This record gives sequence, C-alpha cells and structure tokens, in this order.
Amino acid sequence: MIRYLLSRLLTFLPTFLGVTLISFAFIRVLPGDPIIVMAGERGLTEERYAELYRQFGFDQPLPVQFWNYLTGVLQGDLGTSYVTKRPVWDEFFALFPATLELSLCAIVFAIAIGLPAGVIAAVNRGKLFDRALMSTALVGYSMPIFWWALLLIIVFSGNLGWTPVSGRMDLIYYFPQVTGFMLIDSLLSGQNGAFASAVRHLILPTIVLGTIPLAVIARQTRSAMLEVLSEDYIRTARAKGLSPLRVNGLHALRNAMIPVITVIGLSVGTLLAGAILTETIFSWPGIGKWMVDSIFRRDYPVVQGGLLLIASMVMVVNLTVDILYGLINPKIRARK
Amino acid sequence: MALLSIRNLTVEFATASGSFRAVDGVDVAVEAGDILAIVGESGSGKSVSMLALMGLLPWTATVTADEMSFDGQDLRKLAPRTRRRIIGKDIAMIFQEPMSSLNPCFTVGFQIKEGLKKHMGLDARAREARALDLMEMVGIPDPARRLNAYPHQLSGGMSQRVMIAMAIACRPRLLIADEPTTALDVTIQAQIIDLLTELQAETGMALILITHDMGVVAETARRVSVQYAGQKVEEQPVGPLFATPHHPYTSALLAALPERATTRLLPTIPGVVPGQFDRPGGCLFAPRCAFADDLCRTTPPPVQAPDLGLARCHHPLEGRA
Repeated sequence: MIRYLLSRLLTFLPTFLGVTLISFAFIRVLPGDPIIVMAGERGLTEERYAELYRQFGFDQPLPVQFWNYLTGVLQGDLGTSYVTKRPVWDEFFALFPATLELSLCAIVFAIAIGLPAGVIAAVNRGKLFDRALMSTALVGYSMPIFWWALLLIIVFSGNLGWTPVSGRMDLIYYFPQVTGFMLIDSLLSGQNGAFASAVRHLILPTIVLGTIPLAVIARQTRSAMLEVLSEDYIRTARAKGLSPLRVNGLHALRNAMIPVITVIGLSVGTLLAGAILTETIFSWPGIGKWMVDSIFRRDYPVVQGGLLLIASMVMVVNLTVDILYGLINPKIRARK
Repeated sequence: MALLSIRNLTVEFATASGSFRAVDGVDVAVEAGDILAIVGESGSGKSVSMLALMGLLPWTATVTADEMSFDGQDLRKLAPRTRRRIIGKDIAMIFQEPMSSLNPCFTVGFQIKEGLKKHMGLDARAREARALDLMEMVGIPDPARRLNAYPHQLSGGMSQRVMIAMAIACRPRLLIADEPTTALDVTIQAQIIDLLTELQAETGMALILITHDMGVVAETARRVSVQYAGQKVEEQPVGPLFATPHHPYTSALLAALPERATTRLLPTIPGVVPGQFDRPGGCLFAPRCAFADDLCRTTPPPVQAPDLGLARCHHPLEGRA
C-alpha cells in the first residue's frame, strides 16, 4: 500500500509540471494587458507603464519568466496578486473554505439522494419509480445551471421569500471567522439565529450545485447495481434467506460502489473547480468567483496559482478515490 | 409424508419474443435423508425448477404448481419474510460456479457467519466457533486463517468447500447441489462429491444433486429423476434405472457413457434439446428418438405406471436396453 501510494505520488510530478506550464501559458495567450486593466479608465503615463512592465518582469523572455515562476512555486511561493497585493496563498485560504463548504454540502446532498434513489430504481427496474427517476435525472443532467439557479431564486427567494438571494450570512450577524466554514463559525459565535441564517443561505446554492452530480450519481448507481444484481454472489446471498435490504444494501451496493465512487470523485473535483457559475450567481465568495474575477483582471499570479491549487486538489481527490477502491474491494487491492 | 413435495411445477419466462416454458409440469418428491439425482442435458430445466423452489428466479419468471410444500408447509402461501426463514436454514443450495458465487468484497468468515446470525441467533463468539467447526467439516486446512481470507485468495475447490460450509451452516434438512462440480478440475470433482456424500451420511439431510454426469449419479444417488426439455421423463431408484431404463432418452443417455461403449466411436444422441420455437407437437423427444412413430410425433405421451419408471412415453422400453 505504501509503495503504491509513493508510486502514485510520483505520477503527480509530470501532471503538476504540466498544469503549471498550461496555466502560465493560458493566461498569457488571452488578449489584454494586466497593467492596462489595472489602470482602468484613468489611464497611465508611458513612464509609469514601463516601470510597472519591468516591475512585473514582463521585459524578460517568457522562458525566463516561467523559470522564475516555477522556482517560486517549488519554494512554496505562488506570487502576489497584482490587484490586491496580497500573496496568492493568503487569498486562496481566505476564500477556499467558502467553496469547500458549498461543495461538501452539494456532494452530500447529491449522494444522500442520488445513491438511495439509484439503488431503489435498480431494484424496481422497469417500474414506475425507475422510469420517473431516470427521466428526472436526465432532465436534471441536461438543465442549464444558470437557468435552474434563476428559476429557484425566482420561486423560493422571490415569490415565497423562504431563502435569501445571495451571500453566505445575513448582515446583522457579525462574528470572527475561526474556521472559515459558516456552519461551524456561526455555531461557535453563539449568536441566536446565525446558524439558521447560514443554513438558509446554503440551501439554494447547494441544490443548484448538487443537481448535476445528483443526476449522474443516481444514473451510475442504478446501472452499476443492475450489473451487480445479476451476479452469482447475489443469488448466493438471497439463497441464505437474507432480507432484500441486506442483499441489495450490503452485498450488492458494496460491489456497485466502485463505479459510483469514481463518479463521486470526478464530481468532487469538478465541484471544487467548477462552482464558478453557481458562486457567481449567488455572489458566493469562493474560489470560483475569485478565479473569474482574476481572469477578467488579468491577474496573472492569481490565475496561475489558483489553477495550480485546484488541479492539485483534483489530483488528491483522485488519489483518495483510488485508495477507496482498495478498501471497498480487496481484490483490487491485491492486484496493485 | 415427504419432506419435499412438488407437483406439476411449471416455470415460464417472459421474453421479448413471448413466454418460454422452461419447466413443464415437473413433480419432485424427496423423503428425509434421501439422495435424489436430477439428470438431463443443458436446457432441460433442472436448475430452474430448483431455483423456483428456492424463490431465486428473476422477476421475469412465473412459477405455478399444484403443490409445493416443505415439511408440511405450503411454500406457495408463505409471505416472503416467512419463506426466508426456511430458505437458507432448512433448505440450502450450492451452485455451479463457486468462484463467482462468493461475494468478492467480504471475507469467507463474514459470509459463513451471516446465515448463523440470521437463522440461529448465535452471538459473535458462538458464530466464530461454529464457523471454525464448519471449515473443518468441509476439510479446509488452516481454518482459522482461511476465515479471514477473501474469495479471490481461494482456489475453485476451496471456494466450493466454503460454499458447502455456508450451505450446511444452519443444519439444513435439504441441500440442493446444482452441478457442484461442473466448474472444477476432475481431481477436485471427486473430492467434492465425496465430501457431499459424507456430510449427507453424517447429518442425515436430504440431498438433491443436479448433474449431467451419470458416473456421479451411479456412485451417489439413491433415486434418479431424468428431465428432458422441462419435463420429467422418467424416475427410478438408481439400480433399476441403470439396469432397465424405460424411457428411450434415459437409455440413450446411458448408452453414451464411455464405460458402456461397445464401438470405438462413442454413441451420441443426435440433435439438441428443443428451444422456444421448435417445440414438437407430440412427444418432445420424438425428433431425436430412435423408436418414434407417427403417434409420438402428433400426440403428447402419457405418464406410465411406477413399474415402468413413470416414463413419459408411448412405447416405454421393457427389457434391458
């Protein structure tokens, strides 16, 4: 297992280098000049422009710029934002908890509903529930996220007034951010109603962000379960006189979890990286919104560093998924 | 009263091209402690009839029977929950493919103890002890270590031994072995059959052995039921069946045994078991039967008297074939 982990970590190196190079190149290929963008409407003098140009190191050849960036990264220095003048690390860690909180809520929501729904659909294949669920899942999967978000906002925030439109917390509450997770910090603050407010703010973004993973997980669980249910060992389990709950929920589901874990892992990766639309619509102060803003500002260090950190997280999630495979099915562990 | 009594069992599968009758009016009766062999080619409905008894058929199957009772209880009328108290406890079953019949995600011990918990209500310590006993009974060396093994760490023969241990865990009164040796090496086959007969003698349980190996039948069974295309065509005690088969099909099966071959080329039965679309109008065996006449080809045959082996034939054979 240790050897396997180490060999997997080694494969991270080329991926890591590749991501660094791509993020470095990607932002520079975009038209636009960070100095001009920073100057905005006011404009700036030729001399000031030249001074900044040198200060940011744009006068050096691109390979040298990349080398400087890379050596910085390897020493743990992701650079400083052109706009806020704060280190990319600090910005990332200030904003990441918001994204993580939302992503975790979304994936928990998706698993909590998608997994049982997929199991029930597979066990009752061809029946009304199965067909209804699969059609709904297809709709959920195909729905444009921004439109779905707006629809929910109009109904639940606009017409019914049950949930807030945006943000993470009502303005009347103020407390120190200990962990960065509103659900925890609001509890720690001991302020009445703060936790409820955090929950209310989370509901709509969670549903919006969790919809596609929910649909994918439900469909994947169903098809994996259908495959497993026709296996000989399921017949053996039933021949022991075990209850359907135990046969389907333990013997079948555990085997069906391998492909399901894979899509959950992929979903977590995309959620962490791709909450961009949801965060933008709900003004959620997370890294998705941060990345979008930084791209518009041509804030090179932030875009590069952000992409790199997001890619690293996706790699870690994938590694976790690989380890989980072995825990679920010992046969896979033995093959490695 | 028979331990197991099934009369006129019919199983139909709904398929895309209409319904298919896999089992057609089969009777099975087993006394306590008896050993019944059910023989027949692939596709003769041997496994399906037993799976129907166990309630293990997929939802596309429709099972009907005039009687299906175990130890005086009408299985047809039991609620699924009540029936599951009998299945796996009083009636157990082992299958053709031991390697794929064990769940790859759980240890052997877990899978053996599962039934003990459900049916016997043993506590953890008693389950552990019983599981060790069972592993020893089925001849698995180093049982304590093997309990923690996963199925992929076992050979096919070991897996079948584990399956047997699982099946006899709750001291069943009827064990159904569905071609338990088909997937195993020849040397292992004999060991598994020996193990089954030993366990049967020790525990006094009844045994239904589904097989197409006449050699195994001769060594093991007391009574033999021959199935063809979903119908029972003959039933006799093992000695008389081998001596004087009454149905031409039984006779042809026996003639195909290498031990009985008189020519250099082994005799075979031409043709295959009829499927969904080519079922003959009269006797189902008529197209392959050496004795068939016009009556056989047009009229389904009657079931003959017990002294003619209940043969389903117009012209049962009387003397030695």
